Parts: sequence; structure tokens; C-alpha cells
Amino acid sequence: MHPFSYTKASDLEGALAAGRRGGRYIAGGTTLVDLMRESVERPGALVDISALPLGEITATAGGGLRIGALVSMAEAAADPKVRATFPVVSQALELSASAQLRNMATIGGNIMQRTRCAYFRDVTAPCNKREPGSGCAALEGFNRAHAILGGSDQCVATHPSDVAVAFAALEASVHLRGPDGEPSVAFADFLLRPGGTPDREHGLRPGELITAVELPALPRPLRSGYLKVRDRQSYEFALTSAAVALHIKGGVIREAKVAAGGVGTVPWKLSAVERHLIGERPSEALWAEAAERAADGARPLEHNRFKAELLKRTVERQLRIVGGSE
Amino acid sequence: MSSELPDSCVPAEAEPASTVSRRTFIATATTAVVAGDLVSAETAGAEAAGAAEAPLSGRVSLTVNGERHAAMIDNRTSLLDLLRERFGLTGTKKGCDAGACGACTVLVGGRRVNACLTLAVRLEGAEVTTIEGLAPGEGDELHPLQEAFVEQDAFQCGYCTPGQIMSGIGCIREGHAGSPAEIREWMSGNICRCGCYVKIVRAVEQAARRT
Repeated sequence: MHPFSYTKASDLEGALAAGRRGGRYIAGGTTLVDLMRESVERPGALVDISALPLGEITATAGGGLRIGALVSMAEAAADPKVRATFPVVSQALELSASAQLRNMATIGGNIMQRTRCAYFRDVTAPCNKREPGSGCAALEGFNRAHAILGGSDQCVATHPSDVAVAFAALEASVHLRGPDGEPSVAFADFLLRPGGTPDREHGLRPGELITAVELPALPRPLRSGYLKVRDRQSYEFALTSAAVALHIKGGVIREAKVAAGGVGTVPWKLSAVERHLIGERPSEALWAEAAERAADGARPLEHNRFKAELLKRTVERQLRIVGGSE
Repeated sequence: MSSELPDSCVPAEAEPASTVSRRTFIATATTAVVAGDLVSAETAGAEAAGAAEAPLSGRVSLTVNGERHAAMIDNRTSLLDLLRERFGLTGTKKGCDAGACGACTVLVGGRRVNACLTLAVRLEGAEVTTIEGLAPGEGDELHPLQEAFVEQDAFQCGYCTPGQIMSGIGCIREGHAGSPAEIREWMSGNICRCGCYVKIVRAVEQAARRT
């Protein structure tokens, strides 16, 4: 691990100033410390933000929720408001990582976590994300876990978060604090696809900080849930996953929010699936037809051809679990 | 359990500078390499700004198993290394050193965490409980979960056991020891290469009933 200086910010202004000077924020540290030990991350200055007042979960007008960036994954998952309003969020959190890591890791850090691509984590392998211009070892390497959606000829690494898939489905927004005040960014615009600059993963600028993730008010009743498919039953990243939220009224689907994980370079919103559902009556046939659209545009690699079919089946199953089959 | 190793509060700078030991040679060589890195990182507009003048080590004081400790540490020191290498508390084990196995599980502020991913410099004023703190005295009774591990024969080599027990205490406290299935899920952050999972689950179940 490379040496670094350490300061603990006591207030937001101090943290922002330290960030502008080039300091790297650390919250739970579960990704950052791990990658620092591998020399993948080499910050010269760490700014501890854990004492900042960003640890609250508050209800917003109309029935949304605002989850502070420093709320731990465990706290967010256990929060009665989250469990009652957005089960898809608590389920995604509880199916992530381990109890120990969920006690440490925060909501803000979770969406900022970096890919699990083995070549990214191996400083001896070429990786455009870690070292722009060095190449991508995954394209011709062992790419079973990699993305089939949103990749480029520079990078096919997946975004590893589960709860970010729920955030993408629900169309959350990310609240920031920085030199331009307190902007709010749509979740879909916050995380960036690799394109020609896979080292740029998000729109945060130096000295900008995530303060909260806001889940919008959605029409009620809203049924929601998260399904994760992986190589072992627990404590493993997703091969595929599906976050689904449905508002069904008078026997008709009025709102459908669907996104997939484990398959995209960013959490993958399934707009074509959503469009297929809205205005229809729940049925076995509908779930199958809608899920057929889940892998639209997929470009599988040598070792992950199975993911397109697995994704469709994951989405179909989760639509059935959430929507029933009346 | 004794408190600290004799030299645990001595900062590295306090070592005699006249003799070039292997340790100081490596430290010097490392510093030179790092300085080169910082320069190139700064030219590339990376994150090293401000690092040159700020200290790379600091003092931390914390409570471990009810006892106050203080140490000068390199900022890179993990809680795991602080416990094992500086405080002599080797009950907490190093498995993967990457947050993937759970062998280093301890309680910080009553919550189970991976000590390998916890930077010690962040723990000013923290309360840490390790396996040594569960039954601290010679004649003390074992913690109910330690007893349950013995009774259920929930280990073979024993390397993961301290982490399993600390994690099990967290699991019970968090209220997730209601059924074998729930215990399996909420203990999944602790890997046992001997494959003693069935008996580990039984031990947690037994202790959960009794506590």
C-alpha cells in the first residue's frame, strides 16, 4: 500500500475544501482500502468523512425517501421506512456482501464502488479503466463475469452494486454538494458507461460529495423486490439480477420499474420491458413476453453467452414473484 | 491477557539511526520509490496533492477489550495488524486480508466488522472487542457461544473460529439467528475451509437460545 496522509473532516465545508485540494474521501472504506492494498488505488491523501451529518433517512413529501450518503448498508436495509416503502431496496442490500461489510459500507460508497473485474484488480494486467490506453485484458481473456450490455472496445467491466440496480429501476436521484451548490443528478446520468474513457465512472468532480440518494414518490400500492442469481447461494456478486417494482390498480399495470444487474457496465434500466408491461393485465404470458426484451442489444463475449438467456429468465421470474399471475 | 508488547508505543523514528538495519534500509528504499510515484501522480493531475507535507503516520488511542491502548502508527496500518503485531492480540486471524473470508471479524462499537479493511488511524476513541475479550480471565467462564462451539465440535483446524465466534455474536445481537437458514445467510461472510458449517450453525443456534 502506498503511503497517504489522513485527516478527518468535522464538517461539510472542511471536507469539500480538502476534496478540492486533491484529498480522496473515505467512508466505509471497504472497496477503497481493499484496492489500496492491491495498489490499484493510490491516493496520497485520505479525507475521512464518517463524522459528517449525512446519516439520516427521511421521508420526503409525497412518499419518497431520502437516504443519507453515510447511512450504512445494514442501517438502510433494516430501516422500517425503507422496508415498508421500497422492499426492493432492502432486499438488494441484504443480498449484498456480508453482514460485516454491510455494517461498514455506506450508501454513497456503495454506488461509488469499483468493478470486480479481475484484470482491473491485477496491476500486472492491461486495463483501460485502471491505466487508460493500456488495453483490456478481459476482451480476449476470461470474461464469464463481464458485461453483455453497455460495453465498449475499451472496457466490459460490470458495475458490481446490487442496491444501485434498485436505484436505477426506481429512478432515484443523487444529491451532491460541491462548488456549484447542491445539484441533484438523475441516477441514470450519474454512473457513466465506459465508451472511450472507462477510467471516468461517474460525474463527480474533485471537491464534490454525495450527500444523499433520493427515492422518488411512486404511486401506491407498489409491489417491489430484488432477485439475484449467482454462483453460490450467498456472499457473492451477481451473474444476473433483477429489480422490479409494479403499481397494479384495477387489475392493470399502471407503472413498471425494472432494471438488471450483473450484465451491464452500469446498472441496466430495462425500458423496453417496462413499456411492454404498462397498460397490460398481469399474466404468465405477459411476464414471458416482457422478459423476452430484457437482453435487447446484448453483445455477449466468449465466456458469458449464457448471460443473455439467464437474464431473460431472471427478469421473467422476478416479474412473476412481484406481479403474481392473476 | 497482557496489555501491549513492550515497544508498541515507540514510533519508528525513535529507533537509533546510526545502525542501518534491514528494516531501516527497506523503509528508506520504500520512501524513495514512493516519492517518485507521488511526483508522477501529481504531474498526471492525480490525487496526491497535499500529501507531501501532511504526516503519513499518527497517534491513535482506543479501547480494546476494556483496556485503553495508544500507539503511533503508520496510516496504512489495519486494525487487524494493530491488534496482532502491536498489541500482541493474535486471536484475531488474518485469512485473505481483503474482506472476503471473515477470519478477522471483531466488534467495533458493538458491530461486527472486518478488521483487515478497517484503517486503525480512523479508530480514535473506538471500543473494540476481540476473541480475547470474551472470557478475559484465567478462571473465567467461556462466553456462551465459545461454549457452544466446544459442545457442538464446530471446528477442525480452528483458524476461522475466532472470526466465526465474533461474527456469531454479531449475528445473534442483530436478531438474525432465528432459524438455521437465517443463520447460514447472516453468517455467510465467514468462510470455513474445513467445511464445519453444519456444526457452526448449530453452535450459533444453541447460543442464541441461551442468550
